[in-house]
Amino acid sequence: MVLLEIKNLHASIKGKQILKGVNLKINKGEVHAIMGPNGNGKSTLASIIAGRDIFDVTNGEILYKGKNIFDLSVEERAAEGIFLGFQYPVEIPGVSISAFMLTALNEQRKYKGLDTISSLEFRKIMEEKKKIVEMPSNLANRSVNEGFSGGEKKKNEIFQMAMLNPVLSILDETDSGLDIDALKIVAKGVNALRSKENAIVVITHYQRLLDYIVPDIVHVLYDGQIVKSGTKELALELENKGYEWIRKEMQTPNH
Amino acid sequence: MDKKRNANTQSLKIMDINKNNDFNCSIPNLHTAKIILHNGVFVGGRAISENVICKNEKDIFVIEIPENKVLSLPLQMVNTLYDGKQTQTKMIIRVGSQSKVQFIHCDDSCDEQSSTSFNTIDILLAANSSFDYYKMENINNDSSITTEVNFNLAQGSKLKTYGFSLNGKQVTNTLNVFLNEPYAEVRLNGLYLMDKQQEVSTYVNVRHNAADCHSNQLFKGILDDSAKARFVGHVFVDYGAKNTEAMQTNKNILLTDKAKINTKPFLEIYNDDVKCSHGATIGQLDEEAMFYLRSRGISFRSARMLLMYAFCQEILLENTIAPLGESISEIIKLRLQGELSACCDCVFQCAQAKNHQK
Repeated sequence: MVLLEIKNLHASIKGKQILKGVNLKINKGEVHAIMGPNGNGKSTLASIIAGRDIFDVTNGEILYKGKNIFDLSVEERAAEGIFLGFQYPVEIPGVSISAFMLTALNEQRKYKGLDTISSLEFRKIMEEKKKIVEMPSNLANRSVNEGFSGGEKKKNEIFQMAMLNPVLSILDETDSGLDIDALKIVAKGVNALRSKENAIVVITHYQRLLDYIVPDIVHVLYDGQIVKSGTKELALELENKGYEWIRKEMQTPNH
Repeated sequence: MDKKRNANTQSLKIMDINKNNDFNCSIPNLHTAKIILHNGVFVGGRAISENVICKNEKDIFVIEIPENKVLSLPLQMVNTLYDGKQTQTKMIIRVGSQSKVQFIHCDDSCDEQSSTSFNTIDILLAANSSFDYYKMENINNDSSITTEVNFNLAQGSKLKTYGFSLNGKQVTNTLNVFLNEPYAEVRLNGLYLMDKQQEVSTYVNVRHNAADCHSNQLFKGILDDSAKARFVGHVFVDYGAKNTEAMQTNKNILLTDKAKINTKPFLEIYNDDVKCSHGATIGQLDEEAMFYLRSRGISFRSARMLLMYAFCQEILLENTIAPLGESISEIIKLRLQGELSACCDCVFQCAQAKNHQK
């Protein structure tokens, strides 16, 4: 079942064109990797799917579950199952993680016409999901991401993913700034959440993460377009040849 | 519950509060000794320790705590403005050497009648005493209140203030702190939450008249609709006031284009051996934080509420009376949701207040 369809997407910010005709199709049960050099549009693509309004979409469309995604607000997209794992998760002093997650869970449930859950039930769920990425026991009362190391912030993203059980997760450079141990924990957490009912998009520019979160399809986003797609071997080829290989290919006349 | 009073003071009959149904203000989980004023005049009290002397001296209401007394209960003074009057209250609080007092001052207004009140309070802290002053202002939309509090600190005394201006047509607070002797410390915290066309002005004046004193000011405000706020923070460091530490921060959030804040930090420093800082910010809620919360399914309104509440909570970080902090947090929540209204019931709006009979 097609979950996400991006057709000829063009987007710019402050007059600068970033996405220049992106095409992508994601089905349920799939794990996609999007690789590419910095500044070529990976985070922009992730932000636009999540609903960040600082970009101008100048052409193309995005269909989520068959419907125009731009008809949905940020919170509606989340309630419909979209989850963005941020590259740089923001710190929010004074908002506790438990208040944050409880509010998120209950507002998503209200959107779906379900009853809200009590604080007690919530605590139980939180205790269980913390284990997926080995979060510390005093997590509940800490402010969101405040004082967290880079690795802890990324683990916190996956913890939230576990709590919210999304249908389409887009993980933007979840591996950046992680040492190998943290990387393994994060990858283990993501793998535990993979299912036939959801899809995951892993954005990275290092192949290393993909040894742990093995993708079904790998795409290369270069200069605002997906220029190549293939199996996980493509990631290895990129690792060996570098992005220079892609740049050269783009320049050859028969392309 | 009648209590006999010291023969030195005017004899005051302390009325039975419950019979009068005048007063029903309790903070959940917190026992306080009650001091009740009607339009600025002392009318009664309850559970006031015999260490605390309350008396009307001509037109000034005086509270005296002798030396070496650590009060086990906070003193809660509720001044209710009745009948749309213009009132003037003058008070003096004297805290004896080594004594420790926590003081909660509530200004309430009755029904929706417009009233205006002017209050002058002089608080004198003797050597090594400690005083925590909590002031709540939640008066109706047609009423105004102007308060000037003068604190005089002796050697080694410690002062902490918490001011909450939650509602009122015009609220003006002037805090003058005189650090007269060495090793005095003061921490001033204030929060103003105003909307409609309300106006709040805060004038803070901290004078370091002696060496080795510390002062810290943290004032925060959220303004909605066409509310206006003014903050003037003056720190004066005298010639002889070496080894001074004086910090000042004023942070404001404006929720609309029409809300206005005028903030003016003002440092006058006449000694080189000092550490002083000041900072003022005016902004909207953090866009990135808003997006982060909404990307988890939290509605715009709820995300805003979470962030505004978080913004206010910083004021309570050093609060030592936990139940009071919890009550104030609840009130802030209600205020932010537009569900708090000033009425005859106590500012703290606890469950008991619902049984109140007018």
